[in-house]
Amino acid sequence: MENWFELRLPALSQNEKFARTTAALFALQAGDWSLVEINEIKTAVSEAVTNAIIHGYHECCGEIIVSGTVAAGVVEFTISDAGQGIADVETARQPLFTTKPEHERSGLGFTVMENFMDEVEIDSTLGQGTKVKMTKYLLRKVQ
Amino acid sequence: MEIDLRYRGNVLVVTLKGELDHHAADKLRQLVEKELDKEIAIHLLFNLPGLTFMDSSGLGVILGRYRRVNAAGGKVGACSLHPYIERLYQMAGLPRIIPVYESEEAALVSLKR
Repeated sequence: MENWFELRLPALSQNEKFARTTAALFALQAGDWSLVEINEIKTAVSEAVTNAIIHGYHECCGEIIVSGTVAAGVVEFTISDAGQGIADVETARQPLFTTKPEHERSGLGFTVMENFMDEVEIDSTLGQGTKVKMTKYLLRKVQ
Repeated sequence: MEIDLRYRGNVLVVTLKGELDHHAADKLRQLVEKELDKEIAIHLLFNLPGLTFMDSSGLGVILGRYRRVNAAGGKVGACSLHPYIERLYQMAGLPRIIPVYESEEAALVSLKR
């Protein structure tokens, strides 16, 4: 049973919980995830939305689009912003790297996404914005 | 997220209930910093049985408080982590610097040693 959704949100931190909870609920349509897997999806989406707010828009004023598609056994989310963009994606993906150490950023956002989701694609252009696409597969032992 | 601060001797016990994300992190930082400024506590304990969600923003605010307390010669611990929280905590390598305890009492015994 295939489905999709799209959410347009202002880049406000109070929307982080709304976005991740919505994503987790939507993911349930893919099948019987474990509670651990649902928490992983929630956390990964939270990381991407937070990045858009903090790094894309420097905590002010912009729009984030959170969208998802689901089919049996697979869910995919895309988090897009029209903010600053990432100068060097490979460097940004390095664990502990952050452009905002003075704001106590741990630099682990992408690391968490990559650990908790099966695929993470980052597409970014300086001055135009960033799109993060993440996919998770529901794997079950073959009986 | 609800934040409760209290003292057990020279340990500031920070009890969190709810979800610790970027939105909740600022308030947590401010409240704990204000309390640490009073210089009553030497050590810090994050008491987390009620914490149901944390992402890397939460790790950042916990690490920031660790740096401050550690620089002043104190110790930091965390107790009663839900398994989901513990997974993220382990991924970040935090147990090496902020040990995890099964309970508040076990943590207090160790921190005060």
